[in-house]
Amino acid sequence: MPFVYNMPFFSILLCMLGGIITPFFRKRRIPQIINTCIIAAVFAMSLALLITSLTAEESFTYMMGHFPAPWGNELRAGPLEALLAMAFSIVMFLSLVGGMRGVNHDIRPTRIPLYYTMMNFLLSSMLALIYTNDMFTAYVFIEINTICACAIVMSKDSGMTVVATIRYLIMSLLGSGFFLFGVSMLYSITGHLLMSNVQQSVIMLVETGQHTVPLVTSLGLMVLGLAIKSALYPFHSWLPSAHGSSTTASSAILSGLVLKGYIILLVKMFYRVFTPEILASLHITDVIFVLGALGMIMGSIKALKETHIKRMIAYSSVAQIGYIFMGLGLGTQVGIMAACFHILAHAFTKPMLFLSANGLVDVSDHQYEMKALRGSARKDIISGIGFTVGALSMIGIPLFAGFAPKIFLGIGSMENNFHMIVTFLALALSSLLNALYYVPAVVAFWSKPKQQAQGGSIALHQEKTKKSVFLLSSIGVFIVLNFVLGIAYGPIMKMITTGLNLLG
Amino acid sequence: MDTSIFLFLASKGYIFGRAAPIIKDGITNMEAYINPVPSGLVLTGIVVSVSVSAFSLALVQRLYKKYKTVNLDEILVLAKKEEE
Repeated sequence: MPFVYNMPFFSILLCMLGGIITPFFRKRRIPQIINTCIIAAVFAMSLALLITSLTAEESFTYMMGHFPAPWGNELRAGPLEALLAMAFSIVMFLSLVGGMRGVNHDIRPTRIPLYYTMMNFLLSSMLALIYTNDMFTAYVFIEINTICACAIVMSKDSGMTVVATIRYLIMSLLGSGFFLFGVSMLYSITGHLLMSNVQQSVIMLVETGQHTVPLVTSLGLMVLGLAIKSALYPFHSWLPSAHGSSTTASSAILSGLVLKGYIILLVKMFYRVFTPEILASLHITDVIFVLGALGMIMGSIKALKETHIKRMIAYSSVAQIGYIFMGLGLGTQVGIMAACFHILAHAFTKPMLFLSANGLVDVSDHQYEMKALRGSARKDIISGIGFTVGALSMIGIPLFAGFAPKIFLGIGSMENNFHMIVTFLALALSSLLNALYYVPAVVAFWSKPKQQAQGGSIALHQEKTKKSVFLLSSIGVFIVLNFVLGIAYGPIMKMITTGLNLLG
Repeated sequence: MDTSIFLFLASKGYIFGRAAPIIKDGITNMEAYINPVPSGLVLTGIVVSVSVSAFSLALVQRLYKKYKTVNLDEILVLAKKEEE
């Protein structure tokens, strides 16, 4: 076995160890450094894995503790998993660096080591969701992910965040309960928990027509559970308050990464447990397609009504999750490719929007209302550019990251007339709505502040808070990465295609 | 809800007339015991659900310390006021 095959296991274990040792430090510096080192190590390991698996065009399963298949627990990795793990580590690093001042400001100093503990566990659970090949392991890590995500929401000590956390916790528990029920039903009819073994049984069950009702129910429950946790439209009610009220680094990571972990698990289940043909014959994809299309439009409409900048960005996440689910619901290879690419595009854009919003809010006297932010981009030019790039990318202008997935969604829908009409309508309408709330915001940020506000802003200039170098540099890196994704989408799409082919 | 799922799982693993999967009196025949996997899953699940309950109780306690009430409607009103 080549040494590089150990990488998935090492990266999960390293994050876990980091989570275990960080609470023992009192000062905030050391946990920060440990966390950064771990993320860098995960990045390096995923990069090595990506390169070797891409050149060899192969995927592999890794037996934990060398117990063979029906008894042991397995990890599975290929180019797609490695690519996602690498992207996740980059986004997490940039969000934490950019949100560092927010973290130091919003969280009590004694709690900061615990915050980084949660970050380590969060990364380990997301990596485990990406790499696992076992349904029950997936459930356990879903729960770990939930607890960590709730903890990083509540870390900012205000009444609003605790209420938001309780709402988030209850919805998440409902989701993981559904998932567990689905898994236990699937276990009772197939007798397996490892994805590849379950797949064989499922194919056999479908061919012989046995246990159709429990099979459909368990699939429905699992999809429902994961949809609740990744805030697909009718189940999104917990998202805006949780993402809108927490500290910047938390919002960026929650929107950019945590939602995606569950979707990746869903993609893996679609390919590894069920096959695309079975899914289409059970009509699960149709449901996901319709809900995704609804989410694209309703999320944007809700965002239009918001005046609180962070809540507006959070509602925009609901719409973007709708795009991803619509790609999955198309049921074609191109649709799923578009969904995977959009996972990346959104992971690189949404944290940038949250960080830039933080920069803009900082120069406007810590006001979150849109009116108060008028003219703020002139005071903090890099944050202004970051917000503009993010907004254009979300609208789907060419050269930005959000453009490629929209084209591929269109291409993927062409196999079926009904899908094509709905997809094109939903794409057009939701792009228009995105433009309707992002463009006025961008214009307002860059326009001159009103006359009477001028007096206030002069006084502000005197005691102007020093801009955070970390924040600005991480926004800068995000802008560059956004252009990279938007211009060089060809090679990345190719990696995703190779990964998906190997996944099946 | 979790508890009911655990009961469902445990009942799936039970086979009538067999003993718990612990080797007793040197009997190693597979026919004598029930399926151990669901029991293992239930144990894991219980650990998870206990920690989640503890976490949510801690959250409620924190809310009570802050607002002196556990009525969610009152808390929402108070929290809104605090924001402004």
